[in-house]
Amino acid sequence: MITLLYGTRPPHRAAAAPEGRNLWLSAHDFAAATGWELKPEGFCQADRCVRIPPGRGIVDGQRVNLSAFADLLEHPVVRDEAHGVWALADAAPARRAALQSLEAPDFTLPDLDGRPHALSEYRGKKVFLVSWASW
Amino acid sequence: MWQGVYDELKDRGLMVVSVALDSGGARTTRPWIDAAKPTYPCFIDERHVVAELYGMVNVPNAVWIDEEGRVVRPSETAGSSDSFRTHLDRPTKQMSAEGLAERQRLRTEYFDALRDWVLTGEASAYALPPDEARRRSPVVTDEHVLAAANFRLGQFLHAAGHRDAALPYLAEARRLHPESWSYRRQTWELEQPGKAGSPTFWAAVDELGDRAYYIPFAMGGARRTPQSPHAPGRE
Repeated sequence: MITLLYGTRPPHRAAAAPEGRNLWLSAHDFAAATGWELKPEGFCQADRCVRIPPGRGIVDGQRVNLSAFADLLEHPVVRDEAHGVWALADAAPARRAALQSLEAPDFTLPDLDGRPHALSEYRGKKVFLVSWASW
Repeated sequence: MWQGVYDELKDRGLMVVSVALDSGGARTTRPWIDAAKPTYPCFIDERHVVAELYGMVNVPNAVWIDEEGRVVRPSETAGSSDSFRTHLDRPTKQMSAEGLAERQRLRTEYFDALRDWVLTGEASAYALPPDEARRRSPVVTDEHVLAAANFRLGQFLHAAGHRDAALPYLAEARRLHPESWSYRRQTWELEQPGKAGSPTFWAAVDELGDRAYYIPFAMGGARRTPQSPHAPGRE
């Protein structure tokens, strides 16, 4: 089993085994882990699709090679072999573009009692979003 | 810290959303929340998701978001300054009177700006025009996103009980994004509870020299007006 940590999404566990630097996932696991769908147009998320260049070993039928996908989208990858955990972060240009759009990204987090809340629940108000910590 | 401003302005359309960038989760945050008893929402962000999404690098950092979900002030220091570096007695953690006065002055200035925005909306000089908000948006480098992947992996392993395996990734996150004090202090704390406020922390603060711990924030002077004698927001 491999645990996949993709950007700020929750962890996803998948029955997969690395082959060298490659990690082949079923299209189902790939979508559950990353939020990207494998479609005839390419990798699609919301209203955006990325074409899959042929001959780079990115896709094989209904399987996706996560390492090659990461290369395509310029995601940094860090992996811990001993515990079977792979972490992929957003690419820097994508993060910069998101920040430059000035659209406040939504997120869902628990309160102290574990109840989930989304930032978007407060749309229509002016939101003062502020960080703190116990440390 | 924010309860007063929330009480005053909640009926004028303000929502305070506080996010604990805290991998200790409810265990470490509950005593603080129980003591402060805030009536605004407090979310627990063990993975530092909000810091990554908004480019926050310390606490308190804040983002102002308007009714349409548009950022009108990107992440910045929320009313704090480096006065603690010179005015705090480290052994006793007591701030001098001068330090307390400086802290109060900055908070008042910050609250006044926040109030002005809540009451006057985009006419407020503190609601940055889009060009200025973009200019002030956090810069994200390849090192920063690699730091985020390392932090995520280290935090996950630590939470799963693999502390020793987690530490190299947490140290790498710190190395790759040294400007992030939330990474630094969180990862120290995960190494050893209490380390975030230990001599290690103070040595790192001292190492800053002339550089800021809390990046100074410029509240005003951002509105482009024909009378403006110089480029806006570069004071």
